[in-house]
Amino acid sequence: MLRRTLLLGLGRGPLGRGLGTHRGGSILDRDGKMSEIKKKIRSILPGGDWNPLYDTSYLPPESSDVVIVGGGVLGLSVAYWLKKLEKPRGAIRVLVVERDHTYSRASTVLSVGGIRQQFSVPENVQLSLFSIDFLRNINEYLAVADDPPLDIQFNPSGYLLLASEKGAAIMENNVKVQRQEGAKVCLMSPEQLRNKFPWINTEGVALASYGMEHEGWFDPWCLLQGLRRKVQSMGVLFCRGEVTRFVSSSNLMKTASGEEVNLKRIHEVHVKIDQSLEYQPVECAIVINAAGAWSGQVAELAGIGKGPPGTLQGTKLPVELRKRYVYLWHCPQGPGLETPFVIDPSGTYFRREGLGHNYLGGCSPTEEEEPDPGNLEVDHDFFQDRVWPPLAQRVPAFETLKVRSAWAGYYDYNTFDQNGVVGPHPLVINMYFATGFSGHGLQQAPAVGRAVAEMVLEGHFQTINLSSFLFSRFYSGEKVQEHNII
Amino acid sequence: MAAPKASLHLVAPVWNGGTRGISGLSRVVAPEGNQKKGRSLLQFLADRFYDVEALRDHLLRKRVSKVHQKNRPFNHINQRYGPYVAGAYFILKQGGAVRFQGREWIRPNQRGHFSLDFLKLQAVPVEAVDASGCAINYQGLDSLLALKELQSLWLQRCPHVDDWCLSRLHPLASSLQELSLAGCPRVSERGLACLHHLWNLRRLDISDLPAVSSPGLTRILVEEMLPSCEVLGADWAQDLKLGPEEQPRDTAGPTPA
Repeated sequence: MLRRTLLLGLGRGPLGRGLGTHRGGSILDRDGKMSEIKKKIRSILPGGDWNPLYDTSYLPPESSDVVIVGGGVLGLSVAYWLKKLEKPRGAIRVLVVERDHTYSRASTVLSVGGIRQQFSVPENVQLSLFSIDFLRNINEYLAVADDPPLDIQFNPSGYLLLASEKGAAIMENNVKVQRQEGAKVCLMSPEQLRNKFPWINTEGVALASYGMEHEGWFDPWCLLQGLRRKVQSMGVLFCRGEVTRFVSSSNLMKTASGEEVNLKRIHEVHVKIDQSLEYQPVECAIVINAAGAWSGQVAELAGIGKGPPGTLQGTKLPVELRKRYVYLWHCPQGPGLETPFVIDPSGTYFRREGLGHNYLGGCSPTEEEEPDPGNLEVDHDFFQDRVWPPLAQRVPAFETLKVRSAWAGYYDYNTFDQNGVVGPHPLVINMYFATGFSGHGLQQAPAVGRAVAEMVLEGHFQTINLSSFLFSRFYSGEKVQEHNII
Repeated sequence: MAAPKASLHLVAPVWNGGTRGISGLSRVVAPEGNQKKGRSLLQFLADRFYDVEALRDHLLRKRVSKVHQKNRPFNHINQRYGPYVAGAYFILKQGGAVRFQGREWIRPNQRGHFSLDFLKLQAVPVEAVDASGCAINYQGLDSLLALKELQSLWLQRCPHVDDWCLSRLHPLASSLQELSLAGCPRVSERGLACLHHLWNLRRLDISDLPAVSSPGLTRILVEEMLPSCEVLGADWAQDLKLGPEEQPRDTAGPTPA
């Protein structure tokens, strides 16, 4: 009996640690235990998300006033402006559905990050001017209490567009339009170009337009995170899932001239949760299509384009995925700190990256050589064949360069006229578009977000008139062609 | 919803407005202010009471609007006396100093008062501006850019001068010969890159810029960018790390046998 007591005593005491589980837990882990108890009590008290049966925090809410499909910079910008312009405060519940929270394929974070006012369409210039104003005052717009201020690392180095003989007259016209809207652009002759940038070979260049202010490049990831944290603080709900179905109802209505038209209204959005078969039907009043390169697929889910071709019902959203490559190279004899974002007449572009003589650049392929957008693999032969020769011809120092890395991203390419689609669909009356910007979505995102929010809340555009960017132009055939697309 | 009481420590201090469905990845930028132990009393109360939060936001907005108010343009002076006098008045009101062509420096005294004799100098251009320590910002530069014959501009230790302001200086390119940005906390190498418009610049002071990531390299690149300009900046060897064979030998000790 003495032996048994001794064994028991030694087994429980500090000398002998048995393998059996101790009911109260060891004293060494008291802090961990206390924090667990605190967490449990916190979840039970009002305000915590306590669900005694099972955890549903990953599901979206059962109803939401506005559902934004796509959580990139355009979707978050629309969410921000909706929350900022709503009256009274807190009136609208906004849900942002984004299927990839790492943004591994999103165009926003893979973009080169440039912003310019040198467009040929006046609305594009206005959108860019507002966006640069937004970026300059970003810490007033996106300030969140207790968080550090944002630094978007803006390089105000300007854009330099070069034009050959053929394009010189168009460039002069464009610069006139840009100056009328308030952009600070100056025209340079080849002589002035050589004086200013001695590393340029001006052979074949008849005219150049140089943006002196409000143009340059910045860090898109920082803008995205800033918007994300601000909209979260404003009460926007996020959901990690994919939109798989729209449940809508139709109404046969008569227009003023007596013709019959079938108007659809989306009632529910089915959001399928990532890596699961589970889905949640979200009742909604308004759906905003900001899915970027995948907007065409989302529009097809809503039934846009299902009808006889040539009619309004049969007009699809002409936004497709297009793959574009960006290359990063190092050239120790390359141009210095003053290098702007240079765009060659052949479509090749490059800009300085950092202080170590590194440069980012690329070229948009022609329609015939469009790469397969199924994956984001980089084609290095494209650099050798299509990007390097014009680069080396324009900047002789680039004959000796070494490619450090490369990546690929998608353009939400509008095959109709390469300009954005903004505003409601004429037949699916509660779906609004904010997509199709074909490579300049990032630089116009703040302004487009505000335009869409005004359209949703007021019913018409108030600050910048984007009525030429509505969906109906695809049916009526009025192209708003943007010539300065890179 | 009632504001949470300060005494109930178990309740989560920051209300997220009922956000649901957030995965851990989405809150990427962690609120560091909440985790710091030594928070000020205002911060502590603002986390728990909506009223105090509104008060804190109001105080912050007032601070921002004070800077805006200091940088407002003096349009009535501009219309009556011309751009040179308006620019000079703007600088003197901010606490800086102005020198007209062929005259002495005009400075405000300790209390901020200055004589208004310069109001009659409507046709005399302003040659030098010393705006050191002034709260001049992007908007305020409007008044300075109207001074077309400005030769020397000192913006030392200005807290609101940043890269955006530097990109605005190009209209002064034909006359500006001396520019000093020493000690400006918000100027980085990205803003210095747009100083190449100032082709007449002869003296540039870019020393002691805390936001520049590599001061020595930046100074070399700026010198290459502005070949006819004398650049005062960080020592170029400041950031260099010596290799193992170049380590300075200790010459103070006795020479080894």
